[in-house]
Amino acid sequence: MSETKKFLYVNRKAPYGTIYALESLEVVLIGAAFEQDVTLAFLDDGVFQLAKGQNTDGIGVKNFSPTFRALGDYDVTKLYVEQESLAERGLTQDDLQEIMYEDEDDDWEEKPSIRIVSRAEMADIMADQDVVLSF
Amino acid sequence: MSTLHTVNKSPFANQSLLSCLGHCKNGDAVLMIEDAVYGALAGSGVAEAVKAHAGTVSIYVLSEDAAARGIADDRLLSEITGIGYDGFVDLVATHDRTQNWL
Amino acid sequence: MSYQYNGHTVEHDEEGYITNLSDWTKELADVIAKAEEIEMNEEHWEVVNFLRSYYEEYQIAPAVRVLIKAVKKTMGPEKGNNKYMYELFPYGPAKQACKIAGLPKPTGCV
Repeated sequence: MSETKKFLYVNRKAPYGTIYALESLEVVLIGAAFEQDVTLAFLDDGVFQLAKGQNTDGIGVKNFSPTFRALGDYDVTKLYVEQESLAERGLTQDDLQEIMYEDEDDDWEEKPSIRIVSRAEMADIMADQDVVLSF
Repeated sequence: MSTLHTVNKSPFANQSLLSCLGHCKNGDAVLMIEDAVYGALAGSGVAEAVKAHAGTVSIYVLSEDAAARGIADDRLLSEITGIGYDGFVDLVATHDRTQNWL
Repeated sequence: MSYQYNGHTVEHDEEGYITNLSDWTKELADVIAKAEEIEMNEEHWEVVNFLRSYYEEYQIAPAVRVLIKAVKKTMGPEKGNNKYMYELFPYGPAKQACKIAGLPKPTGCV
């Protein structure tokens, strides 16, 4: 395996109105096999993807929100959510589902994957990547 | 270490251009392509927001996309530079990464 | 294309994965296993049941390395390894176990 690169997946779309959100998640799952340093960013309407209590029974599409909780198994443990995007939409972290991962380097302790960051911090995260994939 | 940001949606249809500008670092470049070229118009509702970033960020518009939409050079904000496809390629080559705002 | 058993007809795709996940039954699992030339025993069922509960919880069939890591954690290292999995499912746990469990092909598995 060649050197590890930093990959950022930028999620800016709500979950069901377009296919972007699901496609992004599938690419993340597929890309995880390449064992790169993966980070997910959720901003603008992308923060809606992580909303708790999603129930798609009535619209005939798969509810893929539980799949975010499997990301830890794929060693994807950094989900950055932009505070300003939440606030603009009347949301707080309490409106998001809880996503945990087990830290291999810390006796498998359960830790939260979601980290709330400011817009300025999000800009820093974006500027710190080798590859940025947008959805 | 700088980023080339591309935007391809009209700023009057969604927030991509404004969100992009809000996440740029000093020294980054923003290139408006496809319907995003409407964001380059002088006197529009987003012109002030665009101008506010022009000091720290280089802002470009793809001339072919502007011409296709009937936007003549004299309708563009003076802070924005028109470039062709060759200029687009140069921007990609001279930045460390490209980020697309869909 | 379909599996037939006890008067039931269950559609599947060209690779044998069932089309409608809710068609799955334990009897059907035995039928699919037979088509894969696998005689289901307790160890096979343990993996199949594990996959089904993983899917139930996360809505995805796990990638092979994720499956093996998760099995290692819940059932121990003597089962959570490649050798054990491939002895049970010679053509691969993803290809065969997921098919028998009535799940879609794992994301990223070609």
